[in-house]
This record gives sequence, C-alpha cells and structure tokens, in this order.
Amino acid sequence: MPTLKRVLSTIAIIIVLYLVNAFMSKEGLFGFGFGAYPADVLMTLTINIILAVSLNLITGFTGQFSIGHAGFMAIGAYSSAYLVVYHAQFWERSLAGTVGFTVAHALIFLIAIAFGSLIAGFAGLLVGIPSLRLRGDYLAIVTLGFAEIIRIVILNIDKVGGATGFSVPGYSNFIWVGGFAIISIVIVHNIVHSDIGRALVSIREDELAAEAMGINTTRYKVLAFVISSALAGLAGVLFGHYRSFLSTNDFQFIRSFEIIIMIVLGGLGSLTGAVLGAVVITIMPELLRQLPGDFSRYRLVVYSAMLIIIILTRPQGILGTREFGLSWLKRARKRPEGDQVVGGTGGVSIAEQEPPSAIDEKKDRENR
Amino acid sequence: MKRTLLSLLLISSLLFAFACERKGGPGAGGQTGEIVVGYYGDLTGRTSNFGQSTKRGVEMAADEINKAGGINGRQIKILSEDDEGRPEKAATVVTKLINQDRVVALLGEVASGNTLAAAPKAQAANVPMISPSSTNPAVTQVGDYISRVCFIDPFQGAVMAQFAANTLHAKTAAIMLDFNSPYSRGLTEFFEASFKKLGGTIVDKQSYTQGDRDYKGQLTKIRSENPDVIYVPGYYGEVGVISKQAKQLDIKAPMLGGDGWDSTQLWDLGGDSLNGDFISNHYSVDDPSPAIQKFVADYKARNGEVPDALAALGYDAMKVLADAISRAGTTEGPQLKDAINATKDFKGVTGTISLDKDRNAVKPAVVLKLQDKKYIYQETIYPEGMTAPAQAAPATSGTSPAAAPASSPAKAGTASSPAKAAAAPAKTEKSSPSPK
Amino acid sequence: MDTFVQQLINGLTIGAIYALIALGYTMVYGILRLINFAHGDIYMVGAFVGYFLAFELGFATGPSLLGLSVVLVASMIAAALVGMAIERFAYRPLRKYARMTTLIAAIGVSLLIENLFVAKLGAAPRAFPQLLSEKSYTLFGNAAISKSQILIFAVSVALMLLLQWIIFKTKVGTAMRAVSFNLNSAKLMGINTDFIISFTFALGSALAAAGGVLTAQYNPQIDPLMGILTGLKAFVAAVLGGIGNIPGAVLGGLLIGIAETFVVGYGQNVGIPSTFRDAVAFAILILVLLVRPSGLLGSTVQEKV
Repeated sequence: MPTLKRVLSTIAIIIVLYLVNAFMSKEGLFGFGFGAYPADVLMTLTINIILAVSLNLITGFTGQFSIGHAGFMAIGAYSSAYLVVYHAQFWERSLAGTVGFTVAHALIFLIAIAFGSLIAGFAGLLVGIPSLRLRGDYLAIVTLGFAEIIRIVILNIDKVGGATGFSVPGYSNFIWVGGFAIISIVIVHNIVHSDIGRALVSIREDELAAEAMGINTTRYKVLAFVISSALAGLAGVLFGHYRSFLSTNDFQFIRSFEIIIMIVLGGLGSLTGAVLGAVVITIMPELLRQLPGDFSRYRLVVYSAMLIIIILTRPQGILGTREFGLSWLKRARKRPEGDQVVGGTGGVSIAEQEPPSAIDEKKDRENR
Repeated sequence: MKRTLLSLLLISSLLFAFACERKGGPGAGGQTGEIVVGYYGDLTGRTSNFGQSTKRGVEMAADEINKAGGINGRQIKILSEDDEGRPEKAATVVTKLINQDRVVALLGEVASGNTLAAAPKAQAANVPMISPSSTNPAVTQVGDYISRVCFIDPFQGAVMAQFAANTLHAKTAAIMLDFNSPYSRGLTEFFEASFKKLGGTIVDKQSYTQGDRDYKGQLTKIRSENPDVIYVPGYYGEVGVISKQAKQLDIKAPMLGGDGWDSTQLWDLGGDSLNGDFISNHYSVDDPSPAIQKFVADYKARNGEVPDALAALGYDAMKVLADAISRAGTTEGPQLKDAINATKDFKGVTGTISLDKDRNAVKPAVVLKLQDKKYIYQETIYPEGMTAPAQAAPATSGTSPAAAPASSPAKAGTASSPAKAAAAPAKTEKSSPSPK
Repeated sequence: MDTFVQQLINGLTIGAIYALIALGYTMVYGILRLINFAHGDIYMVGAFVGYFLAFELGFATGPSLLGLSVVLVASMIAAALVGMAIERFAYRPLRKYARMTTLIAAIGVSLLIENLFVAKLGAAPRAFPQLLSEKSYTLFGNAAISKSQILIFAVSVALMLLLQWIIFKTKVGTAMRAVSFNLNSAKLMGINTDFIISFTFALGSALAAAGGVLTAQYNPQIDPLMGILTGLKAFVAAVLGGIGNIPGAVLGGLLIGIAETFVVGYGQNVGIPSTFRDAVAFAILILVLLVRPSGLLGSTVQEKV
C-alpha cells in the first residue's frame, strides 16, 4: 500500500475539514461562508451520518435488527458530559498552565470522546451478550426496551439535569465532527472488507450455515454490536458538545426510528447508502420549512408522505446494497444495470445476486 | 448513470450556493421598515396545543400594535418556526430565525427544556429572547439576553404551599407530578420545601408522564395515605382526567394546581369533579377589569375560544417587547436587551410586570377556586419585596387584597437545586456559558 | 387489602386494553412477520371516529347504552376499513421485498396518521362524551369498580371469545392459520392469501378501535398521539406473551397492565420509585426473553437447514 498516498490524502482531508470549518464559522473565509443555519444543518447531518453508518454495521451488514441506537447515543452524550462538567475544570486548570487553553480543551474533549465511546461500547457489550441470542424482531424490541430504560434512568438522575436538561461546554466544531465522521466511515469500511466483515455478511445471509462453516456467530455479532454502540456513543458525545445542551427528549425512540429509516432508505448494507439516507432524512424536513404560509402546518405530513412514497418507489433503498463510488460509475458504464458483480476498490462485496426476498424467506423460516 | 452523477453534482452545488452567503454584521436588520420578530415553538408535536396557543397570543398582540400604527411607525412582522417540541430542533430553528431571517428579537418557548436548548444561540448572537412561559429558574441564567414575562417555579410552588398551609390549614399533602416535565418537577420541589417549612408533611409523591390516560394506580395509593390536599402541578390535558378519576375513587381532598391548569378544555375533561379545587395563576379570565375583559373578548372574537394562560403570556411577551423597542428607539440587540431588562410596572394582561435583576418577571400570583366552570378569586400573593398596591389587585369577589398577607415565598435566585441540577456550568450568571 | 384489590382492578382494566391492541399486533405478525407500527395509531383513529360519531349522531348529550353500542360498532368498522386500506396501499406492494422495508413503510404510515391528525385537529386533548353513567359499585371496604371498568372487562372478554371462535371454528379462521403457518403453501392450496391478509388487518384494527372507544369511556381524554405509548406497550405485551400467539397476547397485556399498576402502588416498598413505571414493562420483557427467548407462550421452533 502506498503510504505516501495515504499520508497525502490524510493531509488533504484535514485541510478540507479546516476550510469547511472556517467556512462555517462566524467570520467565514475571506468574508464568505455558510450561513449559520445551513452550517447547523450540516453539523446535524454529519452527526447523523455517524449514527447511520454505525447502525448499518449491525443492521445492514450483520442483519441484526436493532432499534436502540438512541439509547447508546444518550449514554455517550451523558457520560462524556458528566465527565467534562464535573471533572474537567480541575484538568483544565492543571493543563492550561502548561499547554494553553485551546490545547487543553482539545485534550479534554479527546478524553471525553474516548470515555463516552467506551462507556457506550461497554453498554453495548452488556446489552449484546444476553440479547444477541434472540432472533430478529425479538432482538429489535429488546434493544428498543433498553434504549427506553436508559432514557428513563437518565431522567431520574438529578445530577445530569433530570427532566430539565444538562448544560455542557460546546467543544465540538466541524473539524471534530467531520473528522470523526470520516474515521467512522473508514472503520466500518475496513471492518466490512476484512475477514470479520465477510463473517458478518455470512451471518446476515444465513446464520445457521455460517455457524456450520465454523464461524463463531455469537462472538462476531457481539463484536459488531459493541463497535456499533461505541460509534453511536461517539455521535452522542459530538452531539452533546455541539448542542451544549442535553435533554432526554432528544433521545426518544423516534430518533432510533429515524436512524433505521436512514439506512433502509439509503439501502441496507451500503455504506454510501447510509450516508445518502442521512442526507435525505436530515435535509428533507428542513427544506420543507419553505412551505408557504398556512400550509406550513402540514410540513410533517408532507415529510411522512414523502417517506412512504420513497420507500414504495425504491423498496430496496435508494442505492440497494450497491455502493456509490467512482468504480461503480466505471462499471456501470460498461455493464447494463442489474448485472453488477462486486469487487474492485470502491464496492463492498455482498451477495447481490440474491434478491432481498430470498434473504427474507430464510428469515421467515427462522422465525417459524 | 452519468446523468445521475451530473444531477447529483448540480443539486449539491445548488445547495452549496443556497447555503453560501456573504458574512455581514450582526443580524439586527435595518432601522427602518418592518420589524421582524421570530417566534418558535412546538407547532406540530405532542405539546403543539401549547405552542399554537402562545402563537395566537403573540400574533394577536402584533396585529393590535400594527393596527395602532406600529412601533415608531414601523410595522411588526412575526415569523414562526416549528421545533416539533424537540430541544435539538429548537436550537436549529432559532439559528435559522437569527441568521437567515435576521429577526431582531425572539419569543418562545413554552417548555423550559426547549428554551434552554435555544437560549445559548440567542445569547451568542446578541439577539434578545423573551420566553412567555418557561418557568424553570435556569432559563434566564443562560445570559443577559434571555428574559421572561412569567413568574418562576420557586415562587409559584411556594404560593400554593402557603395557600394550602395558611388558608386551607392543611397539615398533610400528597403530590402527583408529571415526571417528564421540568415545570412540574420544579413546582413540586418548591411546593415541598415551602410546605415543610410551614409545618406540613408530604405523605406521598406519585408521578405520571404526559400522554398517560390512567392514573388510578397512583390515586389509589394516594387515597390510602389520606392527605388533606393533593398538589398536581401538571397541564390541563392530564389534570382534568386526574381530577375525574380521583372523584371516581371517592377522594375528597381538594386538588391544588398551577397555571398549567388554565384552559377552557380543562372543564370539558374534568367537568364537575373540578369543583372545589384551587389553582395559582397569573390572572383570572373572569376578572372584571376592563383590560382583561377586552383581551378575553378580542381573543374570543379572533380565535373562537377563551384564551388560556399561555395565550395571555404570549400576548404579554409581545407587548413587553414592543414597549421595549419603542423605549429603546432602536432594534439593535444590546440596546434592545437593556430596554427589555429595564421593564418596570408594565401593565400586562397577566399582571403588572417588572423584570428583576435575574430578568424574571416579578408579579403577584392569584389563587383561584374552581367552581362550576368559573374561576373564583380567592387571594393575591405577592413576591418578596413587592408590596400590595392599594388598588391593583385583580379582585373578583369581595375579598380585600390588602387583607392578603404580602408575605414571602421562597427567594427566587437562591432557591436550591433545579438551578444547580439544570445548568451546572452555566451557573455563573452573567457571562455567556458557551466556552467555544 | 381493599387497596390491593383496587390496584388489581385498576391493573386488569389497563391490561385488558393492552390485550385488545396486542391481539392486532400478534395476528399481523403471525401472518406477515411484520411489526405493524401503525397499529397504535389505529387505536387512536378508532377513538376519534367514536368521538365524532357520538357528536354527529347526537349521542353526546347523555349516557345511553344504544349510543355506546352504535358508536363502538361503527368505529370498529371504520378502523377495519382504515387498516385494510393501509395494508392494501402501503404494505402489499412491498410484500416481496425485505421485511425491513415494510417496517419502514409502517413507521411512515404511523407518522403520517399522527401528523395528519395533529395538523387537522391539533394536539390538544379532547373530552370524549360520556356514553355510560359514571356509577361505581363498592365491592368491599374502599374497593370499588366503575361501570366503565365492568364494560371494559365484558366487551374485551366477549371480543376475545369471538376472535377465538373465528380463528378456530370458521373457514376463514382455518385459512388464517394456514397462511400464518406458511404463506406460499397456503397459496398453493388455493387460499386467497390477499383476502386473508386483508381480513386479518381488518380484524386486528377493529379490536384496536374497540380498545380505543373503551379507553375513551374509562378515561374520557383523547388526543392524536395517544396511540404511541399505548401501542408500544401493547406491542411489548404481544412479544412478552410470544408474538404470533393469541392467548399469549392476552396474557402479556394483562401482565403488563398489572405490573405497571403495582409498581406505582407498591414499588416504593421495594425501592422502585413510581417514576420507573414506564421502564418496568420493558424490564419485564427483557427478563422474560432472556429465560424464554420466544416469549411466555411462544413455541421455540427447531431450526432446519
């Protein structure tokens, strides 16, 4: 692997992140930039991308249906906020003297991110070990239940604000959020392309057969679940320190639903699909704010109607299990559609030849 | 495929162009032409009845001002945005209102949680925000651009405790609170503290969440404790049914509530079972004072229903803002903020409003008795440091307001834990809490 | 003792409503393996149809048993039609795709119904007219049972018996069981599976609407979002009992109802504050599933390769 290319692309990414961040800042770049409102939507969108990509690992690639992502996000957000609010002042004082405030804040935020993700990952382990032996919809409802329990427990802890909400220092900016979004995508991409990823996909396609082939399915499922939860926790940390205010109302099960909608709409088992889904689900309700006058009260009606229309017209998701990328375009030019063989650099190898309904039949059999 | 890529590129560049703008100065707009005021609230979510009510009050006030020639000759334009009752969306729409629509000031939200999420944005952008009805003490601690026209939880909770202990001579009380609502939890806390201070005991505390329909489990438990009074600091949607179910369980103790009870729908939901209950409120719709009766009649003519407390507070928030703009003579954030914070003895529908140094409205509360779809005035309770003016009390029945002791419910600023729990890093009061 | 009996009655009342809704979840799941997230909203639609009918037909003026029966039956029919329409237009076109897709359609339909009702009617709670007098009968001591509670028990037991009869004694019931056993084989046996699926949706929706009207009699407060939490808990009840299993849904519903009430009544004695009530349904569910992965009455199926 050409390391030089890697180093260069990393540098390029960092430069781009800095430029976008400058664009989004109050001053702008050379007097030009995003308005604060589009910038705010872009931040939300990027955080949603992390959530969608992480959920896609467990639901899209491994085929384990989880609707508790909001819970893990809440754990990440609240645990890191707790750390920063109650312990960081001491660190800030001791660090700021030696390295200055900016670096001190960055260090504290890094620690908070690591802490929040770890706690969320650990919660994922606790939830995953007992519940991943449940099948399909049973797992779904258990994860949903855990997320609701987490929310109610947080609501009962006065130290993190209870029902009123919890004010948090606003450390996040686009460099952090965008950077971690790219890192999350790279992590999930690399997992999917490794041996682990093939094991995960084999579990999705036929768990029994995978087991028979000598794959320790429970281990892989738990592994995927833990990584997915940790990434959701990461998104939670970034979210909390961007909004600088946490309320349990932001972690209700509707948010878990939204993340599911993102990945199904984009195409289950497609990384770029998850990203696209996050874009659509974040931008659409905001664009609908343009609805004129009295019609604006129907904004969410239009939004939900559009959801149904999209899913009816593209039942396999906007991208299906395909990936959107340069190599896909190259192949698409050569081959007629529907004859896509996976492989190459941009694509993810998933058994595309098998229509989703076949997978479904298999699932049905398991459930009976 | 090429076409797909091209159209994607086109869309994204369009979006980019739409999003891109020249960075200007602060969003104060011009000093001539329309005055653009932003309202944000829950217009489509679970609490949208509150958001819509407040919006109607705000719009009515704006129309009245416009009909009377505007402020210094300038018309007011209200731009409303929906936050779906989600704190995250509240922050987003406030960002939009400030930066895209360039509003000069913001009105909103009802729920303290949503106001707290949005307030830092207004504070950072130097755009004044008046909350009509967020009663949690932490709200205005966000910074000096945030104020409110309602009284805060410590005061209102103490008012009812005082009424229960001194007027009703209650020794024991049970509390039934909406656990998910900061409003309800705040009132509970301060009711509890004051009631205990006055020698009472809290025998039971039960909770529900908004959207529940069955409260018999909690009420049966409360019944077994046999309290003298039951404090239910909730919103009318739940309270009406709670009262009804309490009567079905043959609970005789009167229920006490707060301004969240005030709505015509309360009577539809609770009916006769509400008779004999008491609430604390900003004003009484049955108050014969001409200003209030005109407001009630106009609102009814406009919207076909009697205003609830939230509509009245929305109305007052807009009027206080208009008053401040005309006093400041400008819509520049810093000056306007100073004018708002200097509001003194403003004659609003919901009482005479003065803002204290914490930018909370200081105004008396009235205690009303619920009887046959009427609110019957009982007494006026004044906050500490405010003495009863000889004539200003909204007396409906014969009780002389001067007879009401102008005694002191808990001190607002020093009240203990919600402030502590709510905004740990934002505790310092003046500086902006966002250490970006 | 009378407090205990009172709490038991309270719990059974909520439980009976949960059970009625859970039946719809479990039947649809049994046949399509679909979690019909819009089902809770059908319950809400049922209550609102009853509300408007009571006013339109002039029953809102006072208690009348005739009015109640007309409103109940009419709203059940209306909800059945709504349920069938949802299946026909939102779920059927997606039947050959992954189940997750249909699930998203279900969430979409649920959001659409809720948002439409809020936009049209507002989120403010409305008072459902009293169609039954508010009489209470004292059992002993302080324990009392109200007329509306008796109504809930009577109607839900009757409906459950009727359902049992339909499923096990009629031709269409046999077909339903066949479809639930294996959709494709049932089709090969000449069963009109589309009709059976439609019928199942109609049946489930009618039961949910009955639940809606009955709740509205018991707690006369209805709003467009009333189906979210109740629907979710009913779904939990269905899973608890073993999803796809009809007696399981009833058992699950009653259990969740009683458990919630008892947490409120006695939780403090064992260190569970009443604020954890909403978490209890889920906690019970998780504990049960860890021991019995297919729910209380669900059968564990031997996997075949």
